[in-house]
Amino acid sequence: MKSITAQKPLDELLENLGKAKMLFVVGCGTCPTVLGTGGVEQVSSLAEELRKKGKQVKGSMVLPVACEPLPLDARREFISSVKGAEAVLVMSCAYGVRAVADYLEIPVLPALNTLFVGREVGPGVFVEECSQCGDCVLALTGGICPITMCAKSLFNGPCGGSVAGKCEINTEVPCGWQLIIDRLATLGRLSQLEEIIPFHNWSTSPAGGPRRYSIE
Amino acid sequence: MKAGTNLERVLEAGQFAVTAEIGPPKGGSAKVIASKGEMLAHAADAFNVTDNQTAVVRMCSLSACGILKQLGLDPVMQMLCRDKNRIGLQSDVLGAVALGIGNLLCLTGDHVKFGNHPSSKIVFDIDSVQLIAAVKMMRDEGLFISGEEIAGPTPMFIGAVENPYADPFEFRTTRLAKKVKAGADFIQTQAIFDVGKFARWMKEICDRGLDEQVHILAGIIPVKAVGMARYMRDYVSGVEIPDEMIQRLEGAKDVQEEGIQIILEIIEEVKLIPGVHGVHIQAVGWEKIVPEIVERAGLLPRPMM
Ligand code: SF4
Ligand code: SF4
Repeated sequence: MKSITAQKPLDELLENLGKAKMLFVVGCGTCPTVLGTGGVEQVSSLAEELRKKGKQVKGSMVLPVACEPLPLDARREFISSVKGAEAVLVMSCAYGVRAVADYLEIPVLPALNTLFVGREVGPGVFVEECSQCGDCVLALTGGICPITMCAKSLFNGPCGGSVAGKCEINTEVPCGWQLIIDRLATLGRLSQLEEIIPFHNWSTSPAGGPRRYSIE
Repeated sequence: MKAGTNLERVLEAGQFAVTAEIGPPKGGSAKVIASKGEMLAHAADAFNVTDNQTAVVRMCSLSACGILKQLGLDPVMQMLCRDKNRIGLQSDVLGAVALGIGNLLCLTGDHVKFGNHPSSKIVFDIDSVQLIAAVKMMRDEGLFISGEEIAGPTPMFIGAVENPYADPFEFRTTRLAKKVKAGADFIQTQAIFDVGKFARWMKEICDRGLDEQVHILAGIIPVKAVGMARYMRDYVSGVEIPDEMIQRLEGAKDVQEEGIQIILEIIEEVKLIPGVHGVHIQAVGWEKIVPEIVERAGLLPRPMM
């Protein structure tokens, strides 16, 4: 499982930075390094581009796992290397941005867009398969998520737009309901489709407000 | 009678029904709706008003249906799951009851990607099958989805749409069966051009005994120009137009007349298919042709119920 990210346009970064001139760039040694969006190379090339745009980059650092708390010593070292910067750009998913912001009292800005949590299904190909709704229906749909894999999150799909296994939104996108039906056919459980899946409980999803969990 | 609307009475009397679609304007003019309604009044039993079709903002179906109702017409309010959650949808059903609107057509809705606000957030709190089930529960049990009681009755004749040509193959009759099970009283299909394929689908529907549980109205889209036919074939999901039909239009001296001929032939053929209880004419942006088609198809005058 990886947190999938993509670089934001440079213009947007400059706009978000505003007047801040002295910058520090942070990368992440985990997902963004694998994806090539926030590893050593991307951090130095972003620093380079920022310099070309008239910014000063005081330094940079690729944290091993940006979203996890740094041990106390490492945290002190990090804070002292950032000292003097007016803003920090973080090339990680939003969790890394959040963690770094916890250490500092200057603006900590995302350099990447956080897209989804994905599973690698082929070399370098990641697919979103769960939207973390908090009330899993996979048992009813052959183990394929209708909320995530269907463009309309239909529970009793497919819609009339499913053509030759593809979704109406784009002929490149597989129809999630075709995948569900294929899987149920393999399992010999097509009759399951006759059942109406009831109204979903969204109160456990982001619609119900920010979620939190603590290990007892 | 479930709602006692004109459409329900025509269908229950075993008459071959005609419904026609009225597209609401991209503006707030009641006159536009009223004049289309007046133009079509004698030519159909009930009038569908689309709900922000193809994800393009237009006057809401509820208001437009209310205007048609005031003119004495029987409206079919179309309702999508794309733009409203279960609170908004149920509230609109109550609003429809208040205005005397008694036919409701429950749809999924095209993705916002196709419309004029492609960056908007889609809702899909519930899907069309669940919406059908919800309205049935409101009508038959007097309850909201939450289980709370509704103050007063919710008489509704419940409709759904179906695409006889849609994939996946294994699912094409199950989808309809599911809508019937959820509570659909009538079905309006996607436009029929390939009658043979539609007839085969209808046979499967009848073999499952579904024709006895639901009224099926075959969708008809009058084609006015060759370009329109090609566009629908290539870009409108779920529409299949046979090549011979396009060639026939291409070879015609008077394309419009040829298009009407084609539609009249289709109506003639679908009338003979067992289980088909009517036609639903969607002359998007060409509503004025509907009376002529209905007349030439021998479907006038409409029954007085
Ligand atoms: S139903 Fe919810 S929890 Fe289960 S896979 Fe889908 S989004 Fe994830
Ligand atoms: S085509 Fe398939 S995946 Fe796309 S919205 Fe319809 S049912 Fe969902």
